[in-house]
Amino acid sequence: MRELTFLEAIREAQEQEMARDERVFILGEDVSFNVYGSTGGLAERFGLDRVRDTPISESGFTGVAIGAALVGMRPIVDFTIASFMYLAMDQLVSIAAKTAYMYGGQAHVPAVFRAALFYNGGLAAQHSDRNYAMFMQVPGLKIAVPSTPHDAKGLLKSAIRDDDPVLMFEDGALWGSRGEVPEDDYLIPFGQAAVRREGSDLTIVAIGSRVREALAAADTLAKQGISVEVIDPRTLVPLGRATILASVAKTGRALVVDVGHRSCGVAGEILATIAEDGFWSLRAPLKRLTAPDMQIPFSPALEKGFYPDTAQIVDAALALVQD
Amino acid sequence: MSTPDPATQLEMYRRMLRIRRFDETVKTLFDRGRIPGSVHLSIGQEAEVVGACMALAGDDYMVGNHRSHGHPIGKGAAMGPLLAEILGKATGVNGGKGGSMHLADFSVGSLGESSIVGSGLPVAVGAALGARMQGNGRVCLCFFGDGASNEGYFHEALNMASAWQVPVVFLCENNSYGVTTAFSRVSRVPDVATRAVAYGIPGEIVDGQDARVVYAAVQNAAQRARDGAGPTLIEAKTYRYPHHSEGPLYNNITYRDPAELAAWQARDPLPLFAGHLAEAGIADAALLADIEQAISAEVASALEFAEQSPWPDPAEAHRGLYRTPIAGFDHA
Ligand SMILES: Cc1ncc(C[n+]2csc(CCOP(=O)(O)OP(=O)(O)O)c2C)c(N)n1
Repeated sequence: MRELTFLEAIREAQEQEMARDERVFILGEDVSFNVYGSTGGLAERFGLDRVRDTPISESGFTGVAIGAALVGMRPIVDFTIASFMYLAMDQLVSIAAKTAYMYGGQAHVPAVFRAALFYNGGLAAQHSDRNYAMFMQVPGLKIAVPSTPHDAKGLLKSAIRDDDPVLMFEDGALWGSRGEVPEDDYLIPFGQAAVRREGSDLTIVAIGSRVREALAAADTLAKQGISVEVIDPRTLVPLGRATILASVAKTGRALVVDVGHRSCGVAGEILATIAEDGFWSLRAPLKRLTAPDMQIPFSPALEKGFYPDTAQIVDAALALVQD
Repeated sequence: MSTPDPATQLEMYRRMLRIRRFDETVKTLFDRGRIPGSVHLSIGQEAEVVGACMALAGDDYMVGNHRSHGHPIGKGAAMGPLLAEILGKATGVNGGKGGSMHLADFSVGSLGESSIVGSGLPVAVGAALGARMQGNGRVCLCFFGDGASNEGYFHEALNMASAWQVPVVFLCENNSYGVTTAFSRVSRVPDVATRAVAYGIPGEIVDGQDARVVYAAVQNAAQRARDGAGPTLIEAKTYRYPHHSEGPLYNNITYRDPAELAAWQARDPLPLFAGHLAEAGIADAALLADIEQAISAEVASALEFAEQSPWPDPAEAHRGLYRTPIAGFDHA
């Protein structure tokens, strides 16, 4: 089958959805010139009305997307970098997330908010946020974090057709990665975790780009006779808890790997779920590998080691299995 | 644009009176401890509310804020479900999930009322943009206060609306105060309307106590918007007689000169408009009395509807978070 990069898959999802439904349009800074690589050719095909360059007004254009969604449009907002979502926090939290509920079902906000995660690139503290866990605290938002080009396309298409506000976080570490992506139309439902590799000794739940590291670690561990199951939740809200719990019921051990911060993070949430509902199948303590609760430093010499890598995953897995 | 015809003017008077009696009823209920949370009344501001709303077509959009009991009424909403919402009843416009600060009646084009000051401004721009992309000719009227004009939202919204020539009418309800802080203490320009210059759009100051003046200005602005000429900023000078919100918080605070309040009350929009109707031969004393009686009856029956309505089922609190339910998840 044909292969696409992660960004090409996102571009294709947008192009197909814009062609399918004329209510779909893109809103963001510098989108018509395709500076960030996910809108190539879209302005030429659909015009500047539907591939709309905004002023540098994150809270403003987020509100604009919500208002347009309220009257029947289906906007895709491109924040370009997830760190800029803080400017739009109020619109995302107070309006997008609360509208359907607060107005008693009279309205809903079918908008997609795309955010790229650019950590590990020497971009320092203000451009390196991996902030999806913050938004998991906000009822009313749905959150996707794809790990493959295939899923990026299918999840984005689902997000665009969803009647609720969806945040899609695109892990920059995956942008150049290639994978098989069918050209035709397919949807990946929210709330269904993927079992990326089956195993019996240990469950590793990995988020975004860490799925790749976890699979590499599983290869290494297999050579040492350790059988690892790798789970990719794909969507954090809703979280495919059943798949995770079923895996832990089988393996008795769990490790969560995430490039987000440790405190109140995705890893903590997943481990709490396992502790609450899967405790009696556990044969070893629960373990999480995350970024530390530190700001992100600039120098590559300093940022190195901030995000759990294959070697760390192997070490943690060995410690759990040999316990 | 033209003076509204007599029938329209009578309807303007009715809607102003509805808002006045509605808010008076809300105050009574609040004082009796019947209303959860807080309420923000717009008594004194009825003329700008109704003048602006009635200048729109029925299916035009409108965005409100925390002081928005009157906005849906001005746009033609039924009062029963609005009052039921304020009491937290199942029959409320939002089923009891929004309350006083989030009264929204989408059936009359009211797209909601956000109590985060200023946050409705970009939403209104988006609604207007959506309307234009759909080519349905609708405009969006955006109500906000003088206080909101100091939020960043104001700047971003006016700039985007202007850059894109979006069909939106920004209506600043300048009642001189944000809670207790006079606009003059937090801004070096005396008028919000002058800020329009910065965005290359018309800015106009109108007498917010005269419904006909506001009507004419908004009708012009709406026509401009429909013609593709973009947004307008209208500043209606008005005044709220009550404090920012009801409750004991303001009991011992003096931030307004009583003479200032009296001066505004001397130009109360209701007698002002009634006087005009009489002078123009549109309504004599008997007709005005009939209207008064009819509106009192309407409000009384809205109150009865609200009071007789059941409380929402507690299970309802856990429903409606998402519009697209997700198989296997119970929170949708
Ligand atoms: C972002 C935000 N800051 C502060 C408040 C508290 N607050 C509620 S209403 C209000 C005053 C708003 O003044 P204005 O916009 O002039 O409207 P008015 O109440 O005079 O109608 C304030 C400060 C809030 N709700 N939201």
